[in-house]
Amino acid sequence: MQQLIRNRELVEADRWRLVADEESLPGTGDLILPLDRYLEERAASDDRGSGRRGLLVDGTVPAEDIAPLLPELDLVAIRFPSFADGRGYSLARQLRLNHRYTGELRAVGNVLRDQLAYMERVGFDSYLLEEGRDPRDALQAFREFSGYYQNAPLEQLPRIQRRARRKAA
Amino acid sequence: MYDYDSHDRRLVNERVAQFRDQTRRYLAGELSEDEFRPLRLMNGLYIQRHAPMLRVSIPYGLLSSSQLRMLASIARRYDRGYGHFTTRQNIQFNWPALERVPDILADLAQVDMHAMQTSGNCIRNVTSDHLAGIAPDEIEDPRPYCELIRQWATLHPEFSYLPRKFKIAVSGARRDRAATQVHDIGLQLVRNEQGELGMQVLVGGGLGRTPIIGEVIRDFLPVRHLLSYLEAILRVYNLLGRRDNKYKARIKILVRAMGKEQFAARVEREWSSLRDRPELTLAQDDIEHMKRFFRPATRAETVNSAPLDAALAADPGFARWYRHNTVEHRQPGYRAVFVSLKAPGVPPGDMTAEQMEHVADLSDAYSGGELRVSHTQNLLLADVRTDHLERLWRELRASGLATPNIGTLTDMICCPGLDFCALANAGSIDVAQAINQEFDDLDYLYDLGELRVNMSGCMNACGHHHMAHIGILGVDKKGQEFYQLTLGGSSANDAAVGDRLGPAVPKQDVSAAMRTLIETFVELREGEEGFLDTYRRVGLEPFKERLYATTD
Repeated sequence: MQQLIRNRELVEADRWRLVADEESLPGTGDLILPLDRYLEERAASDDRGSGRRGLLVDGTVPAEDIAPLLPELDLVAIRFPSFADGRGYSLARQLRLNHRYTGELRAVGNVLRDQLAYMERVGFDSYLLEEGRDPRDALQAFREFSGYYQNAPLEQLPRIQRRARRKAA
Repeated sequence: MYDYDSHDRRLVNERVAQFRDQTRRYLAGELSEDEFRPLRLMNGLYIQRHAPMLRVSIPYGLLSSSQLRMLASIARRYDRGYGHFTTRQNIQFNWPALERVPDILADLAQVDMHAMQTSGNCIRNVTSDHLAGIAPDEIEDPRPYCELIRQWATLHPEFSYLPRKFKIAVSGARRDRAATQVHDIGLQLVRNEQGELGMQVLVGGGLGRTPIIGEVIRDFLPVRHLLSYLEAILRVYNLLGRRDNKYKARIKILVRAMGKEQFAARVEREWSSLRDRPELTLAQDDIEHMKRFFRPATRAETVNSAPLDAALAADPGFARWYRHNTVEHRQPGYRAVFVSLKAPGVPPGDMTAEQMEHVADLSDAYSGGELRVSHTQNLLLADVRTDHLERLWRELRASGLATPNIGTLTDMICCPGLDFCALANAGSIDVAQAINQEFDDLDYLYDLGELRVNMSGCMNACGHHHMAHIGILGVDKKGQEFYQLTLGGSSANDAAVGDRLGPAVPKQDVSAAMRTLIETFVELREGEEGFLDTYRRVGLEPFKERLYATTD
């Protein structure tokens, strides 16, 4: 069974539901649609139910292509086909920094413990772990480092600069 | 050199703890082979032919005497009493046990060292000029920028799962000693007409199966934008670099496919959203703060030149070593001294624990307790008073580290080859030794002038054979070790990829083939002309004719 972590906590009941390509669209609920399907439904009708809207993309999708959709989205899920495929990190950062996306950013696919802290630092806040992984063990990943050289999403300056300026002051 | 503070130290210690836990989970079966592989590689650990190989980072080749002593101690306690210095200014241990690697890392952390990002598809150890800070032709010391890049790249969240490895080199001098044109990114410090400091940015150079000379995508990048511009290049590469074929995954292939202009335009576009971000902009304070770590010692006293002059006159052996193994220092009365790791009969770049300890002591006594590793796999004592040189020479000679062959044919760059490396097709160390024996007459070598000979045991080109005046590449022909020769390569300002001479020669003929090539050169050279100049003047044909006529 898959396990969800959001904001460094286990989530027992996730309200989001991924709609498979061939599946008919449920009338209600918080739905995550793959990009092509999302664009299809969006073009077909203004009435897309009462639930929140989520989008599933691969790391290969250019950020500009989904930027126009961001204001209407509550969740963007980026799929990692393999944990070694790092494109999703750049896409996440582009969405957060260049396009100022503030909704939930979820990592899905081959999501494993040893990449979680990297993902958090580019702006992901939820992670759908692969089946068979111990989510409690995975939570340890966020505690392995107490600081980094680069700025975290919420910090203003990376360490090089914070230190230099403290000394200069 | 850069001095760790409590934050740097904590990060390295936390990395050790993380890797210890990753190793434990792997050994307990919680991490699969495939999952563990990138994790261990990002910490410098390969599984090799005989045993794991651990590559330890020596940032831009700078090392303190206490760090070298720790490397000696590790070589003795966890390995077989020696280490191998690499072309990326790092050191490799060939025989550690997997289970003990976390302990080695913990020992390294005690002297502010680590193995982070010495392998794997991430930003590798940044390399630089081994004469940084002392070279008379220097525009600006590259090391503060190297350290800024090192910190920026360490555990970078966005660029730790790149399509392939990524290497950055920085040169601050007019003469490029850092091979910036054959790196994924090469940075050359320059001043513009207003006297402002900036960088010329090259991308897409590289060796390996497809050697390519990098191209300039920006003539002048103000230094304050260094990190944001690197970030833009890396992002374009991370998003667009090929991931379907590892032999086409380096940035050089992407730059080729897109074309230089397209690639540069894409970088500029990405940069436009990054360039004014405060966290990626270096203020003058940030740069000054970093420069402080690399400021040369102020020395008021003048060094008496009489002892050196007397020693040079008295001892031809010393004079010979002085001429070949020491180089000019910016400050009068000082020289930089090469510690030759190319003694006959010793694998190029190898050093025993005893030698390391001796050199650590010598660096304390004569060179401010610091050392450098050159990309030609030698060490340097960079700040030696000329009136101390004779004593230093005697000490180095006692440890077999004063072979006066720097810059000559026997100062070969050489990968570990088939004897150690799981990738290699052919041996390289034994061939280097055969060549060393063939050319044992030093005076003859000196007459040849500067001659760069590099050897790789396979097409991955760790021995930089493409960039050598004479390159030697080991290939496998139906289970036999053969060697492909190339001529005319260079990694300096006039960078060029060597040309293939003809069919590969069998192992037992390599040193004879070298002899033929050298004799051909001697016949063809005009006056004191160097090998590369002769080659560029006469071309491949005369060498080819001579070699293959004699081996037919």
